[in-house]
Amino acid sequence: MNNQALKKEILRMSGTDPMKCMACGKCTATCPAFDEMEYHPHQFVSMIKNANIAPLIRSESVYKCLTCFACAERCPRGVEPAKLIEAVRLVAIRPQGKNRMTAGDIAEKLDDDMPQQAIVAAFRKYTK
Amino acid sequence: MKFSYFPGCTLKNKAKDLDLWARKSAEALGAELCEIENWQCCGGVFTSSADEIATKLSSVRILKAARERGLVTVCAACHNVVKQTNCAMRDDAEFCAKVNRYMGEDEYRGETEVYHYLELLRDVIGFDTLKKKVKNPLKGKKIAAYYGCLLLRPSKVIGLDDPENPMVMENMIKALGADPVYFARRNECCGAYTVMEDPAIAKKNSESIVKNAALQGADMIVTACPLCYYNLKKNGDSIPVYYFTELLAEALGVKEGENE
Repeated sequence: MNNQALKKEILRMSGTDPMKCMACGKCTATCPAFDEMEYHPHQFVSMIKNANIAPLIRSESVYKCLTCFACAERCPRGVEPAKLIEAVRLVAIRPQGKNRMTAGDIAEKLDDDMPQQAIVAAFRKYTK
Repeated sequence: MKFSYFPGCTLKNKAKDLDLWARKSAEALGAELCEIENWQCCGGVFTSSADEIATKLSSVRILKAARERGLVTVCAACHNVVKQTNCAMRDDAEFCAKVNRYMGEDEYRGETEVYHYLELLRDVIGFDTLKKKVKNPLKGKKIAAYYGCLLLRPSKVIGLDDPENPMVMENMIKALGADPVYFARRNECCGAYTVMEDPAIAKKNSESIVKNAALQGADMIVTACPLCYYNLKKNGDSIPVYYFTELLAEALGVKEGENE
């Protein structure tokens, strides 16, 4: 898929409009995963707006978003960057063979106290 | 007063204290939580993409089973997923139509009332009534309520409280006779599921949350989320972490004589 088609797909999936962004940077300023991200929430917004999407799909940043919705809640323009990041992540993992985590990976990640919630949530985020 | 109840996967396993004391306390307050039969896991996180259908079907089945009595959840994650799914069923006609292709003849359109247990306490039972039923006031305890993200956001859908200045758990703590401790990081994320892949992210976030609560003079932290509980407990050893239902049960005197 070319970048323009990807942009259309991501906007359809996320239901948000990056054109509303006024580049205030509040999303990135409030992001608890900031240090771990190569591309930050405001960059997801601007790069999707400019149809520069291939680098985002390849980036580890899509797996660092915590989906805590701080960026979405605090955006003064209702852009909801978390939904855009979620859509890019799905575009990255949906093709065949692109699952980030498999059932075989789980055993070594467990400890005695880890709640089931961690496993099902990680599975839903990293696997289609 | 009877409500349908969805405990979710973790409350049947690692978070039994969250479940057990929620049920016992509800009983003492005159509300019966009737567990839905044959429920399935909600999936742990809500996938915001509009074209995700299959991942939301288990939540719709839960909601459908709770039509008559209204649905009560305790786990913050279950509540977030089920409530967001319910709103999508009510407000997004295209999503609703696609989901109903899997629902047989009995269609569902988002009509079930969904309450988090804290909403049951605040809006149905009432904190005044709760206060009157307290047998062992938790006098002198300084308790920091940690909300995290799932109980509050996205606020226009979850609608449980003010996302930047929530009061529901602090008001519950007051009703139980203890002193709430307000701290800045009470609505910031603990690191959530990334702990499966990169425990360092959860460590950094959780440490700063526990440190912040301790600096504000808290003796303990309470939460409604098993994953927050795990992350905070694992990464902050300065003050203990409990489920809010444990303190509720203690104050209501329903823990006495029970095997803990």
